Amino acid sequence: MARKSQKSANYLSARTIRRTAKENRRITRQFEQKLNRKHVAPSEYATTMKDPANVLEVEDLKTYFFTDAGTVKAVDGVSFTVPRGKTIGLVGESGCGKSVTSLSIMQLLQRPQGQIVSGAIRLTQDQGQAVDITQMPISAMEKIRGKDISMIFQEPMTSLNPVFKIGSQLDEVIGLHNPDMSREAVKERTIEMLELVSIANSRAVYDMYPHQLSGGMRQRVMIAIALACSPKVIIADEPTTALDVTIQAQILDILRRLKDQINSSIVLITHDLGVIAEMADEVVVMYAGRIVEKGTVEEIFKHPSHPYTLGLMASKPVVSRHVERLYSIPGNVPNPIEMPDYCYFRDRCDRAFAPCFGEYPPMISLSPTHKVACYCYQQSADTKE
Amino acid sequence: MRKYIVKRLLWSILILFFVSFLIYLLMRSLPSSYVETVARERAAANPQVSYKQWLERLNELYGLNVNPLQGFFIWLSQALRGHFGDSWYYGVPVTQKFGSVIWYSFALGAAALIFQVALAIPLGIQSARKQYSTLDYATTVFALIGISLPGFFFITILKMVFAVNLGWFDLNGIVGRMHDTYSPFRQFLDICQHMVLPTLNLVIIGTGSLLRYTRTNMLEVLNSDYIRTARAEGLSERRVINHHAFRNTLIPLVTIIGGTLPGLFSGALITETLFKIPGIGYTSYEAMLAGDIPFTMFYLTFMAILTLLGTLISDVLYAVVDPRVRVS
Repeated sequence: MARKSQKSANYLSARTIRRTAKENRRITRQFEQKLNRKHVAPSEYATTMKDPANVLEVEDLKTYFFTDAGTVKAVDGVSFTVPRGKTIGLVGESGCGKSVTSLSIMQLLQRPQGQIVSGAIRLTQDQGQAVDITQMPISAMEKIRGKDISMIFQEPMTSLNPVFKIGSQLDEVIGLHNPDMSREAVKERTIEMLELVSIANSRAVYDMYPHQLSGGMRQRVMIAIALACSPKVIIADEPTTALDVTIQAQILDILRRLKDQINSSIVLITHDLGVIAEMADEVVVMYAGRIVEKGTVEEIFKHPSHPYTLGLMASKPVVSRHVERLYSIPGNVPNPIEMPDYCYFRDRCDRAFAPCFGEYPPMISLSPTHKVACYCYQQSADTKE
Repeated sequence: MRKYIVKRLLWSILILFFVSFLIYLLMRSLPSSYVETVARERAAANPQVSYKQWLERLNELYGLNVNPLQGFFIWLSQALRGHFGDSWYYGVPVTQKFGSVIWYSFALGAAALIFQVALAIPLGIQSARKQYSTLDYATTVFALIGISLPGFFFITILKMVFAVNLGWFDLNGIVGRMHDTYSPFRQFLDICQHMVLPTLNLVIIGTGSLLRYTRTNMLEVLNSDYIRTARAEGLSERRVINHHAFRNTLIPLVTIIGGTLPGLFSGALITETLFKIPGIGYTSYEAMLAGDIPFTMFYLTFMAILTLLGTLISDVLYAVVDPRVRVS
């Protein structure tokens, strides 16, 4: 019986798909029209930061993908803040919405299917001003991408345009955001950026094509492109995943050094807890499109609270400890199309108890900075109050 | 790069030798030979000399009394000195006949290619940018109609609409009835007017595949990581498409278009025949039917040279547009 119902849940008739597709087109068209507007008054997306010490505030962000099979709530109510000069680590397994969160911040979602449905992403501007990225049309977004907020991607091998020289790709970004710089000044700045990311023969690399460089070198170039205009926020989406371990350390080192040099903040997305421990000041743990736990790096590593975080910690290989088999969290992430209205981790959790069968748990504060979405801590929170 | 080109050219010469040898063998083994046809006609007209005798005399006259291998080397040694002989069917030197017809075909092919590229590339890019939009579906349908339906179908419809019903153009031919009385400029315009329908037909049947190629490539490029990087850098959408994406879309397109260059000289047999345009496609078809060895040998060897050049050109262009394949 159970098997039968599961089968019918996965089977979609052509009529259902057509209906969903039509409905999706109607919804996404509205979003698209809003995004493609030209000449929008800046007052429409102007806002103020809740806390002036933050450079980026993400509040109740919901990003959905309207697919023919149904709506995928890839990011469902994510809130976190990025204070100036700090590094925020975004952790979680594949498909938990880390990358979608970062692409939402950049407005680089795969459109028209992927849309920011609600929420706010506030990015600080000069003189106490701020903009809400969710309200910005593409034309306005283009002006802050690369200048105030930039991104380093996971795949250095394919992230550079293969037909243009390294130099011209860097020149383009610098020239774009500094229109009054002369060509020579732009070129000097490019060479300077290449040297900053520890590329030794910067003048030779200037005239090279991406395929002539190794993965590590390309990721350095990507970092140079991302940092060329001294952005306020750098989003690094698994910047070291595709690189070998020795290069990883170098790349992280460059990233950390340059962050301090230009005084920007980093949103570091990774599933490598070692990288997080090394780099991050605060950690946000995501699971199936929601935040399950967040806190400072000490809190997360010394007192991991959510069963999922505990599982992540347990599945991290430790060199000094000998284990027969590396731990892995049992089960799978639930079907993203029809998310249940209870804790998404319940079916994989070894600490599930009666309240878990109720609605999705609220965020419970364990300390002013440490928050967890799990009923296990409800009581301790209640007694504290 | 120069070394590579020289190497390719030397290989081309070898290939050319075998290609021309094969063509000669095939021409000699055709069941209907020009000499037999003429011998039969002469024997019928003049019964005093038998068919056998005529055949012997003509074989000697046309140099067919040697075996195909010898015949080929005789042809080759002449051809290398630039002597392609007289056309048997047309009765004039091969090169002269060729020179008098090739430019009609070239003009037709060139005009069609220019319009095809000018239509296919912008439309392909637009339909890739707006995938699954009305424009995308419309271009796909028209492209597939153009690819699937034969040329003579469109020719019939074009003639019906534009020549018969509207009367804007003549039904066929390359010049109008009053051509000789016109001033040179009017004569040129007259020829142009007669080229409109054939060109239109070639555009209809040729644009589709190029359009689909452009669309597929553009879609692939637009989904690639470096386009996302370009957007993340803050480049405007127009610059992303026209500069970053277009340069990458160009790579496969250049090879395809480079490969079609010989097609400019090959002529469009069906279109030329139906519009009675004395182009090379029509002329060589007639020559081949008659078993005219000198003309066919010249034409097919010329085509082989162009094909080899075409692939060489597209390989060189590949290196020009894609730095990854440059031979160091």
